[in-house]
Amino acid sequence: MKSQSIIEIKQVSYRYEKDTVLENINLIIPNGSFLAIVGPNGSGKSTLLKLILGLLKPQKGEIRLFGQEMNKFKDWQQIGYVSQKANSFNTGFPATVFEVVSSGLTKKLGLFRFFKKEDSQKVYDALESVGMGKFSHRNIGELSGGQQQRVFIARALVSEPKLLILDEPTVGVDAENVNAFYQMLADLNKKRGITLLLVTHDVGTISDKVTHVACLNKHLHFHGDTHEFEKHQSEGMSEFYGTDVKLISHHHDHGGVFK
Amino acid sequence: MIQGIFQYEFLQNAFLTGILIGFLAPLLGVFIVVRRLSLIADALSHVTLAGIAASLLLEKYFAALSGLNPLYLGMVFSVGGSLFIEKLRGVYKHYQELAIPIILSGGIGLGVIFISLADGFNTDLYSYLFGSVSAVSRTDLWVIFIISIVVVMTIILLYKELFLLSFDEEHAKASGIAAKSIHFIFIIMVALVIAASMRIVGIMLVSSLMTLPVAASIRIAKGFKQTIFLSIIFGEVSVLGGLFASYYLDLAPGGTIVMIAVAILVFTIFYKKLIIKNHVSQGGAAG
Repeated sequence: MKSQSIIEIKQVSYRYEKDTVLENINLIIPNGSFLAIVGPNGSGKSTLLKLILGLLKPQKGEIRLFGQEMNKFKDWQQIGYVSQKANSFNTGFPATVFEVVSSGLTKKLGLFRFFKKEDSQKVYDALESVGMGKFSHRNIGELSGGQQQRVFIARALVSEPKLLILDEPTVGVDAENVNAFYQMLADLNKKRGITLLLVTHDVGTISDKVTHVACLNKHLHFHGDTHEFEKHQSEGMSEFYGTDVKLISHHHDHGGVFK
Repeated sequence: MIQGIFQYEFLQNAFLTGILIGFLAPLLGVFIVVRRLSLIADALSHVTLAGIAASLLLEKYFAALSGLNPLYLGMVFSVGGSLFIEKLRGVYKHYQELAIPIILSGGIGLGVIFISLADGFNTDLYSYLFGSVSAVSRTDLWVIFIISIVVVMTIILLYKELFLLSFDEEHAKASGIAAKSIHFIFIIMVALVIAASMRIVGIMLVSSLMTLPVAASIRIAKGFKQTIFLSIIFGEVSVLGGLFASYYLDLAPGGTIVMIAVAILVFTIFYKKLIIKNHVSQGGAAG
């Protein structure tokens, strides 16, 4: 069977020494979806991303990327990653936005290969698609946190990945710009057809932008599409967030593509 | 002095070497400064001192080695020191800057022991400490010329990797760049350039030639390439200006070079302030 799923996670568990961080995780991320994994701090969000990126190995279970087993998967160019730390870089670094984004092509170009004209076009396209086309010649340190985050997304996009993974991308973004930021991601998903996976604890703002939502707190609860997700509001969210969370809930039947 | 350059070989050597060093030191300096490794240059220059002292000591006791250029052993020590620093940075993962004082004091300690073993040295040592224009030989010039070619080629070939490694080491590693090997190549280049530079500015002042021009250009440059370009311009102005001024005013060339670099730095700081002030007052007038 030719798999349409970008990521398949089957019965994956992970623990740091005695601490079980993730238990029996099952998740299928279909091509073209925009999945948000929400969960409180310490719920294993970052660990799950590290497992998907191959930076950690699960003690139990199996992860397949683009239909291939993790340890056979070589085509890391297909995956763009914007880490949580991306916005804690040295803001005094003397580089233009253009230079930062073009550094995203380093691996793709390979050793001893030089940057060409068509590569510049790719850089401008990537900047355009995150709404930063006008800023290419500004120094990166002069931009606001949200603008810098867009630049880092452009850096991930420039090598034309099929899957973009974002770890808490709105950490450095001003509250009033968060909505526009998620809209930009939704546009990337729709217009460029990039599969997006993001982890966040921004529960409220994302739900009308993404196509799928899953809640994580050691266990993963998949909610299918967002309509389903919103139908079940405020049921038993205490397991995740304590009491005061509106909007989301979970139900435990693992339906849909989630098995 | 222009006449002198045509007349005297030692002046030619000094000038050509100066031009090469004025180019190389700031070029590598940009990467050193943005990676917050400024003090590595200091540590390695002190290790180079130990190498030079060792070479002078050997020369004294073994007649067969009397023709040995101290630059070679200085380079060997400097490269060795750079490898030690890398090793120590691995050992003290959470206190990486500790590697620098360890190597720096180790270098001085070793150097002082070599010097005392030889019952003190002739005037040579002074020229290595503070630089000496007349001490630059034709062989020195050739060695530094070869180093320059190797370094410039390497930087051109590895530019995008070096940039990524400097800007975002974690991302470089995550995207599968051979970060360790590239860093290794880089640190060896730094060691070579430090050993090469000390003929002109001396061990005590080498690091200033790698950091001051960069400190000045980082204030006013747009982007990384422009930072490199301006750093090299400032480096050349300092070295050539310093050599001329020291010749006519009979000053120590190393010190004069460094003081010109300091003057450029001070100028850029005020220049930036002036620009910001102008912006504000223009903005005020418009509003």
